[in-house]
Amino acid sequence: MIELAPLWLTLKLALSTTLILFIIAVPLANWLTGDKNIFKVIVQAIVSMPLVLPPTVIGFYLLLAFSPGNAFGKWLEEWFNIRLVFSFSGLLIASVIYSLPFMVHPIHSGLSSLSPSLKEASYSLGKTKWQTLMKVLLPNIKPSLLTAIVLTFAHTVGEFGVVLMIGGNMPGKTRTASIAIYDEVDAYHYYNANVYAGILLALSFVILLILYTFNRKMQQAKFY
Amino acid sequence: MISFSLQKTLHTAEGEMQLQVNAQVEKGKFVSLYGASGAGKTSILRMLAGFMKPDNGFINVNNAVWYDASRERDLAPQQRKIGFVFQDYALFPNMNVRENILFALDKNEPRNIVDELLEVTGLTNLATRKIQTLSGGQQQRVALARAIAKKPPILLLDEPLSAIDNLMREQLQDTLKEIHQRYALTTILVSHNPREIIKLSDIVIHLEQGRFRQQTTPALFFQNGGEASKITGNIISIDKNGHAVVLIENRLVSLPVAEERPAVNDKVEISCGDLKKLS
Repeated sequence: MIELAPLWLTLKLALSTTLILFIIAVPLANWLTGDKNIFKVIVQAIVSMPLVLPPTVIGFYLLLAFSPGNAFGKWLEEWFNIRLVFSFSGLLIASVIYSLPFMVHPIHSGLSSLSPSLKEASYSLGKTKWQTLMKVLLPNIKPSLLTAIVLTFAHTVGEFGVVLMIGGNMPGKTRTASIAIYDEVDAYHYYNANVYAGILLALSFVILLILYTFNRKMQQAKFY
Repeated sequence: MISFSLQKTLHTAEGEMQLQVNAQVEKGKFVSLYGASGAGKTSILRMLAGFMKPDNGFINVNNAVWYDASRERDLAPQQRKIGFVFQDYALFPNMNVRENILFALDKNEPRNIVDELLEVTGLTNLATRKIQTLSGGQQQRVALARAIAKKPPILLLDEPLSAIDNLMREQLQDTLKEIHQRYALTTILVSHNPREIIKLSDIVIHLEQGRFRQQTTPALFFQNGGEASKITGNIISIDKNGHAVVLIENRLVSLPVAEERPAVNDKVEISCGDLKKLS
């Protein structure tokens, strides 16, 4: 019997991660654009870390950090009564960290590709940094924004190592679709594994298809 | 009245250069900054606009302090009340012509200035066009209209006509002159085109290697036999009768050759004869 819970959980995790990351990444990418200083270079390196680190390494350190046996986890539990290990919140935080570069990089490169004079023109017309970002910069990098959103969503859907380390395999709580596939194969339930895998495969293809169709249309309209 | 004294170390292609200039520009004047590329013209404009911070000095505009290194005062570009026209136009691709100009206005400002500016710049029929569909000259007009929509007292122009063909350039110069007078602007133009400077400006400031060498009227400046006052060309061919066909800018002119016969491809200087009035 196929359970739908892992699919819903995956969807919930991917949507929440994408939303949170979008809110974090836009100001972060905007800050990274422009004059470089050593502090920005360090932040840029930290943001890119999940690209090169094995997911299990990130998962391992987060597991240590969140564990109630260690200072940070203990503090969270004592002060806020929150336990992040083997919980959806913990999974969400880990996903946000793990997918950070997938959201920040496309937005950052989109903003960097704009002529600096666009920003300066807006400033000289009396507009604040925020107004400039919302009305001039972001509307002119729509394809980059879409790429960032889609990549982050798809990447979160496909997460495995980090999820397993932080969340384990708790049905309805932390068992996402990718974990469920592993679990079903482990139990020789190839049919079930096939269904989950097929759904993820189709979902990934449809998402990328939408992305490329949209970007093609934007290019044809010479919108940017 | 704009008075400024600016010092800044610039990093140019030929290494570091010390920019050290001071000047006073009277209200309502049209001033041109003239000089070779890399002399620091654009940097001066950017410092006046607040896009670049000087290392030292001051900028005073109509008794207000915009920048003063000794008092650590540095007004943000948003508060400087200038219109700036960029070399690359810097129009917003996500907005059409009208929206670009409208963007300059605050919510409670009257909108009728937009129609007036569209008319002055000859853009009324193009108001709803996307920026990408406009020619270079048309884009420059939008940039100009947008820069003065908030009615700033000062207009700064960074080589605005450098990428536009000659015919359009002439028309835009007329528009620029009209706008300067109509809106009682104090205008500073960066240019290395003598013809443009003579046509438009009251005063020309010659910038060389980060220093102001001369400040005078364009007529005096270009009369004094500087490089810009000479007419030079290249010989394309010479016929049997001693006439040479010379390429001057983008025109071919047939001229009699003096005693010392030049050869094809030689660079020559032409001295003018009598003037004839065109009917």
